[in-house]
Parts: sequence; C-alpha cells; structure tokens
Amino acid sequence: MSDTHSHSVAFVRHDQIPAAPPPAGETGPLKWVRENLFSGPFNTVMTLLGLYIIYSLVVGIFPWIANSVWGTENIRECREITQGNGGACFSVIEQRWQQLLFGFEYPSTQYWRPTTAFVLLFVAVAPVLFLNLPRILLVFTGLYPFLAYWLIWGGTILIPISAALGFVVGYFAFKRLEHNSFATGLFGAVAAAVLTWWVTGFLVGAAPGLIALPEVASRNMGGFMLNMILGTICVSLSLPIGIALALGRQSHMPIIKWICVVFIEFIRGVPLITLLFVANVVLAYFFPPETSLDLILRVIIMITMFSSAYIAEVIRGGLAALPRGQYEAADSLGLDYAQATRLIIMPQALKISIPGIVNVAVGLFKDTTLVSVISMFDLVGMIRGPILSSTDWAGVYWELWAFAAALFFVVCYGISQYSQWLERKLQTGHR
Amino acid sequence: MTDTAAMKVSDEVAIDIQGMNKWYGTFHVLRDIDLTVYQGERIVICGPSGSGKSTLIRCINALEEHQQGSITVDGTLLSSDLKNIDTIRSEVGMCFQHFNLFPHLTILENCTLAPIWVRKTPKKEAEATAMHFLEKVKIPDQANKYPGQLSGGQQQRVAIARSLCMKPRIMLFDEPTSALDPEMIKEVLDTMIELAEEGMTMLCVTHEMGFARQVANRVIFMDAGQIVEQNEPEEFFNNPKSERTQLFLSQILGH
Ligand SMILES: Nc1ncnc2c1ncn2[C@@H]1O[C@H](COP(=O)(O)OP(=O)(O)OP(=O)(O)O)[C@@H](O)[C@H]1O
Ligand SMILES: [Mg+2]
Repeated sequence: MSDTHSHSVAFVRHDQIPAAPPPAGETGPLKWVRENLFSGPFNTVMTLLGLYIIYSLVVGIFPWIANSVWGTENIRECREITQGNGGACFSVIEQRWQQLLFGFEYPSTQYWRPTTAFVLLFVAVAPVLFLNLPRILLVFTGLYPFLAYWLIWGGTILIPISAALGFVVGYFAFKRLEHNSFATGLFGAVAAAVLTWWVTGFLVGAAPGLIALPEVASRNMGGFMLNMILGTICVSLSLPIGIALALGRQSHMPIIKWICVVFIEFIRGVPLITLLFVANVVLAYFFPPETSLDLILRVIIMITMFSSAYIAEVIRGGLAALPRGQYEAADSLGLDYAQATRLIIMPQALKISIPGIVNVAVGLFKDTTLVSVISMFDLVGMIRGPILSSTDWAGVYWELWAFAAALFFVVCYGISQYSQWLERKLQTGHR
Repeated sequence: MTDTAAMKVSDEVAIDIQGMNKWYGTFHVLRDIDLTVYQGERIVICGPSGSGKSTLIRCINALEEHQQGSITVDGTLLSSDLKNIDTIRSEVGMCFQHFNLFPHLTILENCTLAPIWVRKTPKKEAEATAMHFLEKVKIPDQANKYPGQLSGGQQQRVAIARSLCMKPRIMLFDEPTSALDPEMIKEVLDTMIELAEEGMTMLCVTHEMGFARQVANRVIFMDAGQIVEQNEPEEFFNNPKSERTQLFLSQILGH
C-alpha cells in the first residue's frame, strides 16, 4: 500500500531522514546560558552583577596570591620585593609556623610529642566515628586520653598509668556492687578509684623519673595545639554530660530535675567570655591556694559546662521528637529505664540530634579562640600578641588571619562532612 | 476453621481486676471495673471511642497507673513496686495500634532485644526463637530489613512476633488493625486467630466483629468507663441486653 503510494506521489520521500541538528543557540551551552542566566530582565541584571562581583574578587585576590613572597626574614624585606604590587607576604608563616601551631614556649625539640598525639587522635576516634570498625579498637580509645596527656605534658609514665588504673579499679568495683543498687555501685567505684590513686600516689612520688618525658607546664601550651586540646577535651566531655543533663531534666525525681534545669538555664544565660573570666580570676579563690588548679583545667571546666548545657538542650529536642509509643513499647517488653534509654531512646534521640550536636561542637571549637582574651596564647592569641606586635611582622594581618581561618575551616568542614555522611548512613526508614 | 470459642477454658485465673478506678486529673476514666480473665480465654473489648478501652488494657501492664482497686496478673499484685511491674511486663505481651517497632533496629534485632536484655537469653538462642516466630507470622525473609521498609500489615505481624519472643502468657491487643488498609487487616487477623487456637490468653480491643464471633469466648462492651455488658459472642450480638449495647451494635453493624 505504502509502496504504491510513494511511487505514485512524487513529492513523498522514500526514507525517513535523520533529525537535523537544532539550530545553534537552541542547544548545548548557549541554550543553557540563555535559559538559566538571561531568561528575563531580573535574571539578566543579577547575572551581570554576579559576574562583576566575581571579577572584582579575582582581580583583588589574584595578585595577592600570584605575587606572594616566601623566604624573607621580616616584613620590610617583603615590602622591598613586592614594591606595592599587592603580593602577600607568606614568609611570616614560614618563619613562625612553629609558634602558630605549638605556641612560643613549647620546647622545639619536643614538637614530635604533640604531633604524635595529634596523629594518634585519629586512631582513637576512628572506632567511635565509624561503627563498622572492629570494636576491639575501643580499647585504644579508652587508653588514648592517658597516652595523650603523657605525650603532651610529659613527666613520668607512672602518672597516666596510675590515673588509668584508678578508673579500671573503679569500673570493676562498680561491676561487683552494681547488682545491689546503682548508688552503691557508684559510691564503691569512686571510693575504690580514690583509694587506688592514693596508693599509686606514693609510687609516683618514689620514682618521679621512671620512663619520663621532659615536663612541659600548662602555661607553655599555645598555638593551634591549644585550640585542639581544648576543643577535643571539651567536646568529648560535654557529650556525656549533656546526655546526662538532658535525661536529668526529664527525670521524675524533682531534685535531680531542678538541679539540671537551674544549671542549664543559668549557663545558657551567661556569655562564655564571662565564664572564662570567672575561670581566670574567680575560680582561683574557691580552691585552697596550694592546689593552684591549672588555668587550662579551669578553662576546660568552664567551656565544658557551657557546651554541655547547649548539647543537653539539643538532645532534649531529640528526646521530645520521639513518639511516646517508643517508650511504651520498650516498657511493655519489660526493659528497665537504663536499658530502654540506652538501647531504644538514646540511639534515636541522638540520631535526630546529630545536626544540632555538630553545630554546638563546631561552634565550641571556634569559641576556644576566646581564651586569647584571658591572655592564653592559642592560635588567635599568638597572632594578636607575640607575632603582630613583633617588630619583624607588625602589619601582616591578611596572611596570618587567612592561615588561621584555613586551619579552622579544615577542621570544621571535616566535622560537618562527617556528620552529613553519618546522617545518611543512619537513615534506616522512610518516616 | 474450628470453632475456637467452644474450646474448654481452664479454671486458672490469669488476670483478676477488683474494684478498679482510674482518674486523669479530675476526669473519671474507669469506674469500678471488676473483671476476671481465666487462662486461655479470648476476650474482645469493644465500645464507643473514649470509653476507656485502651486505658483498661494499658492498666494491666502498668503503662497507666490505676488509683483504686487491685489488679493481679498471674498471681502477681500490680503495685508501685518496680520489681512486680517488671515481672508482670515480662509475662504480658502487648501490640499497639501503631505497631511501635523500633525503627533503628532490624526486624530480627527488634525481636531479639528484649529476650537478650530482659531474659538474658544467649544471642544465638534468641535469634533462633525470633526466626521461629517470624516464620509463624510468615515473614522470615524480612528479618534483616528495617521496619520502615515493611508494609503496615507486615509491621504489625512483626510486632506480634516481637511480643511472642518474650514467651508471654497473656497478650494484649489495642486496636491492632485499625491503622491498616483492608487487605492487610486479614493477614494480621489470621495471625491472631492462629494464636488463639494455640490457647493464648488474649485481650483484644477491636471493632472487627467477625473476628470476635469467630475467636472470642467472651465479648465485653464498655461505655463511659464502665463495663456495661459481657457475654458469649452469639448471645452478645444476637441478644444484647442493655440499650447502649444495642445502640452501639446497630451503629457498627448497621451501615
Ligand atoms: N493521658 C490522658 N490524659 C487525659 N485524658 C486522657 C488521657 N488518655 C486518655 N484520656 C481520656 O480518657 C478517655 C478514655 O480514653 P481511651 O484512650 O481509653 O479511650 P478508648 O476507648 O481507647 O477510645 P478509642 O476507641 O478512641 O481508642 C478519653 O475520653 C480520653 O480523652
Ligand atoms: Mg483506644
């Protein structure tokens, strides 16, 4: 039928011709540009404005990077080389990176110690962050705080060993007494731990030089290392304390509930900087003069209190978001409060709270720079104090602050990426 | 299907409720409840919304506190003593309207959790038991999925299996099918019927009257916090005594 048709009608084609390419401007990049960037007067204006801003940024930053100077001794040599062409003077970082990272009083022969502690930190947190790693690695996580203390502060290895021993003895005492009641267990554990520390205290006193690293006093800690120390310790302490506070706030026992409420509300109502001043000046009065509690320790206490109050509120939000049916199902199966909390409630509440907790952790890490105000020489304190006020480098603001920003950005961005990965991984249902 | 309602019921008392009263604040939810349930009985509780059916069965495993009267479950008196509450809860299984599976655990973990932590069963044994009951509710192949990946009917059957893993002597059901689509209701009811045939003591709050006729040996009608009428299913449906029961039955059977 079609055959006859095509023969009889001359102007009908024999074969299907392939589709012709659409006219240029209707395809590829050109089409994309027209549809996405210039699809109306408003979009056109915004596109042009955006292009102008990008152009200005590039023009501003490019010479700064391209003409940057390395290897000079001080800012005057830098200025001679750049001759006002806008180049950055990165020599300051080359000259002072040790101070920026470790502070200016940490003995330079001992830099390997905090560096090792830093590297081992990754090994220690890995089993906590990645749940599919073998659980046996958690043993190292448990030992890490003591090891890191020994590496960074030095002294005889007997100190961290006896500290760890106290915890181990306390743990076993708790296990032995737990079945009587939780309170007996806790009390027995504390008593056993204190007794252990008291006994081992004599050992440490007897052999102060056994396998000892040169001691470094707390006031000599500085630079980014100090931020890392404060951030790591405070985050890892404030998470369990925050969980306890959040649970305490929901407690049916009025005393516990009110202690938690008052603590949280008080801490949230006070600026961190005030707490740091308190740590610096006032806390010293509370303790007998001979104890002379370390300034770092006082700061750690304050920052931990501060962030645990925030974490407690984040977790309380997670707890409130759980349907009541979860509690009821756990109850109806005969799980007791501790089991239901640990196995059912907390895993879900923490999962909901991950973004909030990460928010607090990142904020806390950056807030550790506030200690520069109470004359501790953390990264910001180093830059503001010794480096910018030295005759060699006065006036090298951009390079130093960009360096500080980059260091913090790397850590905070890493934390944020991890949390997003974790959220995706824990996604178990479409709810 | 055999007529399970005609099965002989033992004389052993499973649940004994005497003079029980409960208030929410000033609101009197349950009034003078007297109820004795014998081992192996299948009881269906029905009544209008808000009549206190859920509250009643939730009092039995102490999800709700009662203020007056006594509840004895399997010889254990329910009091504020936590030990007694835990004993009773491990004897009494419960299924909820919204399943309440644990979304962060797999089906298998949902089923083994309580046996491992409450009964201290070794993990291997708990898993074997769990698979046995999952086979019974006909979803052994879903064991490693998460609750969110299952249909409503499947989730409710998992919830039943989860309760059974604790080897309870009594099962409570609070409207187990009312959150389900019609085609899923049957699969859940079939599971419950099978359970009843094996002699499980069951208290079901449900409006599935076909289920009540087939399985129950006693139907209880509640209104305004009181037990208004209770009877064998045939008598209850064909010959309701009180006016409120007649009104209720005409409403749910009428349309
Ligand atoms: N936690 C509570 N606080 C105050 N009142 C409540 C509470 N729970 C239930 N009630 C009230 O108690 C009454 C009985 O509730 P219950 O849930 O037992 O009813 P029900 O018979 O199960 O109804 P439904 O068929 O709708 O599930 C209702 O009037 C309800 O409003
Ligand atoms: Mg109800």
